[in-house]
Amino acid sequence: MSLRLSGAGLQHGNGVHALRGVDLHIAAGERVAIIGPSGAGKSSLLGIMASALRPTSGDLQLLEEDPWRLSSRARQRLRSRIGLIHQAPPLPPRQRVVTAVLAGRLGQWGLGRSMVNLLHPLDIPGARAVLAQLDLADRLFAQCQQLSGGQLQRVGIARALYQDPSLLLADEPVSAMDPVLADHTLRVLCRHAESRGVTLVASLHAVELALAHFPRIIGVRAGQIAFDRPAGEVDPELLDALYANEQLVSPPLPTASMELQIPRC
Amino acid sequence: MLTRDSRDPAALPRLLLTAVALALLWPGIQLAELDLGVLLAADSQSEMGRFVAAFWPPAHAPDFLRLLLDATLQTLAIATAGMALALVVAIPTGLLASRALSLSAASRGGRPGVLGQALRWPVRALLIFLRSVPEIVWALLFVRAVGLGPTAGVLAIAITYAGMLGKVYAEIFESVDRRPMHALLQAGAGRLSAFCYGILPNAAAELTSYTVYRWECAIRASVVMGFVGAGGLGQQIDLSLRMFAGDEVASMLLTFLLLVLLADGLSRVLRGRLA
Amino acid sequence: MRRTVNLLLLLATLVAVVASFVYLGLDLLFLGQADNLRQMGAYAARFLQPDLSQTQLLAVGRGALETLAMSALGTLLAALLGLALALPAAGRFGWPARALVRLVLNALRAIPELVWAALMVLAAGLGPNAGTLALALHTAGVLGRLFAEALENTPTAPAEAIRLQGGGQITAFFYGTLPNLWPQLLAYTLYRWENNIRMASVLGFVGAGGLGQMLYISLSLFQEAQASTVIIAMLLLVLAVDALSGWSRQQWVRGA
Repeated sequence: MSLRLSGAGLQHGNGVHALRGVDLHIAAGERVAIIGPSGAGKSSLLGIMASALRPTSGDLQLLEEDPWRLSSRARQRLRSRIGLIHQAPPLPPRQRVVTAVLAGRLGQWGLGRSMVNLLHPLDIPGARAVLAQLDLADRLFAQCQQLSGGQLQRVGIARALYQDPSLLLADEPVSAMDPVLADHTLRVLCRHAESRGVTLVASLHAVELALAHFPRIIGVRAGQIAFDRPAGEVDPELLDALYANEQLVSPPLPTASMELQIPRC
Repeated sequence: MLTRDSRDPAALPRLLLTAVALALLWPGIQLAELDLGVLLAADSQSEMGRFVAAFWPPAHAPDFLRLLLDATLQTLAIATAGMALALVVAIPTGLLASRALSLSAASRGGRPGVLGQALRWPVRALLIFLRSVPEIVWALLFVRAVGLGPTAGVLAIAITYAGMLGKVYAEIFESVDRRPMHALLQAGAGRLSAFCYGILPNAAAELTSYTVYRWECAIRASVVMGFVGAGGLGQQIDLSLRMFAGDEVASMLLTFLLLVLLADGLSRVLRGRLA
Repeated sequence: MRRTVNLLLLLATLVAVVASFVYLGLDLLFLGQADNLRQMGAYAARFLQPDLSQTQLLAVGRGALETLAMSALGTLLAALLGLALALPAAGRFGWPARALVRLVLNALRAIPELVWAALMVLAAGLGPNAGTLALALHTAGVLGRLFAEALENTPTAPAEAIRLQGGGQITAFFYGTLPNLWPQLLAYTLYRWENNIRMASVLGFVGAGGLGQMLYISLSLFQEAQASTVIIAMLLLVLAVDALSGWSRQQWVRGA
């Protein structure tokens, strides 16, 4: 068992229920796609799985442990075995790609090694190999701010792959890529998960991609699980019900802005 | 292949930068005679300790307070009088240094003539000279020339701030839209009246705001200038420091803080009103 | 209404100016008398022949280097101290530390460099060391506050992402926060350094080393020719710093 949620709910500080009564079992090595309209709670669900958000009710087991019952040191150890791919990878604009990728193993490295790596990248071949899988090896020494949105997303993926976690979570990992690239990138992710027996959970807004790459599909609507079936059993009716009345608003990509102010006198 | 593969192109520049920094740091430390240990040394510590311990309670004898009030008023007066004199110098020089008043520019689509440019440069050089020598150096020089006391402080502020104000005024004149003035000039108006009607209305807010801000800076400067004998609070602080009178230093530092805060607040209110 | 208030303000300003002149007993007419002007002119004339002998030039060069070293080291120390104080001041270690450190930073900043220098001369003796320490203390207050503001405005997501994959607090700071932060820290530090070069050249007036001390001594000994050389050196230093900072700012703007 890789992941178990029972009766999990999440209530935000303003009283809004992002999730309620979610029961979910995901076995080790499974590949699962989460689909649903925007605002349905996909990101909250992934946040709970990544132990970024603490469920306000219910039980959570990640890799056989409840992160919120562990000491903070043990929780950090558990977190180093969980990789989260962010929709807009929070990478510092001036960090070099190589450093950003190698940062994936910070949870496994000691402080000394981490600090040395900051001054001089310690595993350039490793970073290059991961980036090569995503066709990005030539940008190894570029700064993150020089990359396009899609390239940045792939750097974020490369970091998670380099982390080599047992549980790989992805929040809209290909939203900024064109269809061909998105398809290719998902294939790389799935191949990685398959070859290493990694559990892969990805939220996607493109239903075709989810159906094409993932054996198991979970539909989320209004903070609850609407359906949970093998990809072959997902029919148009089910999808119509899932996406009923959805306003077509694409989620805004937050961009980090850098401004420099110099005070007078 | 592997060695080339694992080479970081930034490694050599980083190494060189570090080497250069270290190579500069060592003679720097020698030159500055840097020695953080003196702060921890026992004898200077006990001496400093006694001095700092005397800070509380701050001196508050009536005689001393009267002296303090006098010094504070003197500081304010030095700053204000210095600014007034600086304005007297800065306004004409600012006009001279600015391209905005150029007659030839009005008739040549904004480009001033060669002669006008040649005449403007000495004025600009003078302004640069006035403001580039720090005000406290001017103060020191004037103390030698006219004797100890506030006069030196007023003159020092007048000179330095004339340089600063003149430059900024010239820039402000040039930054506003010049077409109204060119129109007036072409209609036969005199230069000064064209300036008053064509440029001043647009520039007035910025001019006053900057002047008030500089006045605030002048107050800080006039405190510090007392250390070379140019009157005001600084001179009193210097005297008390020399006498190791911790309590007096404490109340004067408090007064100074109050003064700076007040000037800051007043300047903000004034700028808010006028801008 | 607004008009009357502005008129009153103008009037108040005029009154303040007149009152200042009266209070100081400043007699510009007296200063402007031919006799006085002649005296001042004669004094100024003595500066017109700077001492350009080799020994003086060497001494001035050393003084300029000393000034530069004082400002650079003072700024460097201030940046380190400022960063160390900025972390608690930005609330990283709870609000009691935040309030306390903010108070310390404000106190450091409120006391001008020259007053710090006078204090440091008492504590550390005459010489550039006192000046360096004075610059470091005052600038630490300034930079600490600026750094704390920058730290508070830096996006937290990158550091949180590192924490989320198991990284420690320190690694998260160095990998997530600092890369976003350091350009701003560097810009602030350079800007303060520029200021400090100017300041370092006058700290010597209270005995804290550098060109200022040379100038003070020369003037005290009535060696106007030597003093003139020092003033020229100061002027050149300030002009060079101005030109360099203007140039680098342009580069920065173009590069950004």
